[in-house]
Amino acid sequence: MNRLSDSDLAARVARDIPDGSYVNLGIGKPTHVSAHVPDGREVVYHSENGILGVGPTPPAGQEDVEMIDASKRYITTAPGASFFEHADSFAMMRGGHIDIAVLGAYQVAENGDLANWATLDETFPPAVGGAMDLVVGVPRILVMMRHTGRDGEAKLLRRCTFPLTGLGVVSRVYTDLAVLDVTDAGFVLVDLTPGNSLAEVQAVTEATIHT
Amino acid sequence: MDKRAKDLAEAVAPIPDGASVMIGGFGSSGIPFGLIDALLEQGARELTIIANNAGAGETGVAKLLRDGRVAKVVCSYPRSPGSIWFERRFEAREIELEVIPQGTLAERIRAAGAGLGGFLTPTGYGTLLAEGKETRVIDGRGYVMEGPLHADFALLRAEAGDPWGNLSYHGTARNFNPVMAMGARHSIAEVRHLSEAPLEPERVVTPGIFVQSVVEYGVRP
Repeated sequence: MNRLSDSDLAARVARDIPDGSYVNLGIGKPTHVSAHVPDGREVVYHSENGILGVGPTPPAGQEDVEMIDASKRYITTAPGASFFEHADSFAMMRGGHIDIAVLGAYQVAENGDLANWATLDETFPPAVGGAMDLVVGVPRILVMMRHTGRDGEAKLLRRCTFPLTGLGVVSRVYTDLAVLDVTDAGFVLVDLTPGNSLAEVQAVTEATIHT
Repeated sequence: MDKRAKDLAEAVAPIPDGASVMIGGFGSSGIPFGLIDALLEQGARELTIIANNAGAGETGVAKLLRDGRVAKVVCSYPRSPGSIWFERRFEAREIELEVIPQGTLAERIRAAGAGLGGFLTPTGYGTLLAEGKETRVIDGRGYVMEGPLHADFALLRAEAGDPWGNLSYHGTARNFNPVMAMGARHSIAEVRHLSEAPLEPERVVTPGIFVQSVVEYGVRP
């Protein structure tokens, strides 16, 4: 099957982010999305550590050590940026002020449940960060993930087996193999990575993909 | 009024064994590295550390974990690249860990500082982190009751301070510092520039009433 690179997957997500949106990008693959937003759209990026208007990475040698995003990467400010403290930052997230969040996931279920903060391995410390706050407050939760795990195990499931981050919160899932909406009927196909067939993608998906 | 401490050692001297200590910062920014080093030097043990992260490499909170000063960590995101000392202590079951969603952590600290008995948040409803907690359904939506999170001390980092304890910040180094200043009974601020003259009132982010002592530490590692 054809698999999108992380960069191409980020570009696919970016196509769906409308002009004028306030967007929070999670740690990992989602951080690549901002580099791919089509020209002519203004998107304001929120980072939970207290900035609206995250700008591009600074040139080497011009980093300000106190200017980082949630992934701990050095950042600059975009025009119209602002700084604020943590309680205000999470008021923006829980209070429904951010339009879209793009998150990574261990598992997504057909009922929209998301698992992305803990595994079943007790020696592996859990790390929830701001994920639980985002999923309850942001109306549109986009998930960006590999369709299957390292050992080929399914990650798009009938029900999650890992501890949940939120219940029924995912709007759309972007994987290296396909894009799927989460609906009352379960996963519905939006598009396939060119060259893949629905039968091939269904074979590596535990939940049913509706068309 | 003059809240200036002579040096870092004098500022952290009141922290006893077994104290709960909030430490400002997120990732590598806004961390009071000087005060943490002074606390290490001072020798207090069996500490409960309340912070967003559990340190990385051999700096900040990681040093306290390395040297066995910590009994419990309360944080939202303990695992990050380089968090080896946290991971070693956790795997060896030498520390207790309480993981709290980041927004709930900030708001519980704010509630403590604001004199509130708690609040209802939708965050974590129906998940493992809400187990055993009081819940309520309002207009069809589930909420979890969360209580205030107090601490004996807070160690803060700010850009500028004055003898009244007023603080202002730089960039994303603000993060948890303002709420922790409110939430602890005794807040100690390390500032890059400590002026004799008062800060411009319009520039003050943390009013001095929340800060008990302030000390200059110009280094920003």
